[in-house]
Amino acid sequence: MAGSNHEHKEIDKFIDRFLSRKSNRRSFLQGIAKTAVIGTALSAPGCSGDGILGIKEETALAWGEYFKGNYRLMTHTERNTTIQRLERLARLRDGVDVQISSRGPREQVLFGYAFNLTRCEGFMNCVAACEKENNMDRISKTQYIRTFELEHGKMSVEAGNGKYFHEVPVEGHFYMGVQCFHCENPPCVKACPTQATWQEKDGIVVVDYDWCIGCRYCLAACPYWGRRFNWNEPSVPKEELTRKQHYLGNRKRKKGVMEKCTFCIQRTREGRLPACAEACPTGSRVFGNLLDPKSEIRFVLENKKVFRMKEDLGTEPKYWYFID
Amino acid sequence: MNKQPTKGLLSFLAQAIRWNMRGSVGYQLYLGVLMLIMVVGVYAYSVQLNQGLAATGMNNIVSWGLYISNFTFLVGVAAAAVMLILPAYVFRDPHFHRVVIIGEGVAVGALVMCLSFILADLGGPHRAWHLMPVIGVFNWPSSILAWDVLVLNGYLLLNTLVPCYILYCHYNNRKADERKYRPFVFLSIFWAVSIHMVTAFLYQGLPARPFWNNPLMGPRFLASAFAAGPALITLVLAIIQTMTTFKIDPKLFNKLRLIIVVSAVINLLMLFSEIFKEFYTPTHHSLPAVYLFFGLEGHNALVPWIWTSISMNIIATVILALNPGKNNPKVLLPASVLLFVGIWIEKGIGLIVPGLIPSPMGEIVDYSPTWVEISISLGVLALGVFVVTWLIRPAIIIEQRYEEAASPTVREA
Repeated sequence: MAGSNHEHKEIDKFIDRFLSRKSNRRSFLQGIAKTAVIGTALSAPGCSGDGILGIKEETALAWGEYFKGNYRLMTHTERNTTIQRLERLARLRDGVDVQISSRGPREQVLFGYAFNLTRCEGFMNCVAACEKENNMDRISKTQYIRTFELEHGKMSVEAGNGKYFHEVPVEGHFYMGVQCFHCENPPCVKACPTQATWQEKDGIVVVDYDWCIGCRYCLAACPYWGRRFNWNEPSVPKEELTRKQHYLGNRKRKKGVMEKCTFCIQRTREGRLPACAEACPTGSRVFGNLLDPKSEIRFVLENKKVFRMKEDLGTEPKYWYFID
Repeated sequence: MNKQPTKGLLSFLAQAIRWNMRGSVGYQLYLGVLMLIMVVGVYAYSVQLNQGLAATGMNNIVSWGLYISNFTFLVGVAAAAVMLILPAYVFRDPHFHRVVIIGEGVAVGALVMCLSFILADLGGPHRAWHLMPVIGVFNWPSSILAWDVLVLNGYLLLNTLVPCYILYCHYNNRKADERKYRPFVFLSIFWAVSIHMVTAFLYQGLPARPFWNNPLMGPRFLASAFAAGPALITLVLAIIQTMTTFKIDPKLFNKLRLIIVVSAVINLLMLFSEIFKEFYTPTHHSLPAVYLFFGLEGHNALVPWIWTSISMNIIATVILALNPGKNNPKVLLPASVLLFVGIWIEKGIGLIVPGLIPSPMGEIVDYSPTWVEISISLGVLALGVFVVTWLIRPAIIIEQRYEEAASPTVREA
């Protein structure tokens, strides 16, 4: 009698403790993740023994990835955990060692870009450098940068040729590059139903590839065709892979999610130039900190005649065109 | 009144399923065909999951296709149930009251199709939980898509719960308590308008796409929905009339015809207004309309479709308005089919695809769906027809039994 009474008290205590535990979204998700991992362990008892409980390490990592939250809302520890998982998965699945950075925006930095229409001769070194740096899918030949060949007397990409394949520069023509303009008032960010895309403090509009559900509403909302969708499973040859990566930048994407130009976040947050600006042989691409009065971009804005594309839409691109 | 003990919810559901399984050879064959189409759809979806959306005809320029086109049209069909609910519950029209449950069944079927089309269109359907409030991150109120998720699921809930409650009461030979369901009926009237306005705002709110960025889109969505939806309900009622013992007053068909005519005329008027704006002083922003109606630079995949659609629309509207057969179903039913298909083309593929062509960078491409897309779409449509059948069949049996038991002493208004 006494014993069972004691037992009852123990159970009551346990229930009290359970009920008084503060439950929030995070612990809920972690709970699910743990249950899923244990579930996998129980359902696959014969798995030849790596990892705890006999589950394959890769499976456990994949479940952890599936139940993680939106990057922007993660704590510092959570960010580190997911990066460790992603780096380990890259090793297990693709046999490569990558370093994924989670470096945040620097204080007093707002990135801007300017494109010199007089100088560009349409060589497209920028396009090639971008493809290499950002680990772009080689199957669909996705490109963030488009260059258009325009006849003198025209000033809209619609009138230009975006598919030229001949020796450049062509007499009587000039060249105009377009990419994501990292608008101050980005329609894509407003459109996203899950907040999987947002503007960072340094002005870069980024996508959380693991949070995007692939509805493509942002693609429809962008007036500059700045966004790309992964229609197939993207693939990059191992030997061509850029291994210095950023969570919000050039890390591996998967099929069914959006991606876009990030001003090479993995480079520019380390104080380097974006790959396109570095690769340009004519010096047509100017990149820098808009808040630094001594920067080249500020010089361009203050001393050249500049314009932006489709200004009537009120998107406030941080990408200017200018003429020498 | 009746003193028999109340039968539980489980018995209600079990009985509904039993009624749905039973039927003539023809009915079994019909279910079999629907199942077959769905199985093909599921197979096509497995191909799409495996290869990604690259298995469809969509690309970075035409990034929405058959799925979103069908979704947009079917939101209208779902909203159109309000054209039965309004006269039935607000004006207490006895003819509408008898068939309102059928309209609600069609709405639920349409919503099931809408949500399935959205799921089919997602790049990461298994990550759809990111959209759910509380466990995901819901971009509300900024994203119109977040609003759409909210209104569509809310409308599905309203249109499921109210008829289920009424049917459950009637199943137990009890009068449904109006005080309990009336507030939800009124809510669903406003909600019906909201699902279609929000869906229109989805497109209308994008300055990036001049073809969609048009304040007439919301009202025109409603007008075309209130023409196509009742046209479909007319057809469903005609099928029920011939296939079952449930008799429908011919006056109801005439009332539906009037609703369709008024809506179709308003729809055509607004279409004319849009066409005037695009072609009287064509600007750079008229290029999608030029692409749709005449083709651009040799790309003219949609031209035959849109002219077929406009012809169907006009012919059907004239027939339904003049009513040459004096309500002869042999004239009215084909006209309803014509109108339904005409609006389907115009508001589906004829609205979504040209919104994306030319691309914001001026590129012109054509879009044609692949077998995967077509099979998945047919599968979803078969699912919708299946759901509507399985909802309406038990509903009619319950209503008929209730009417027999109640007459001649009491009958609901």
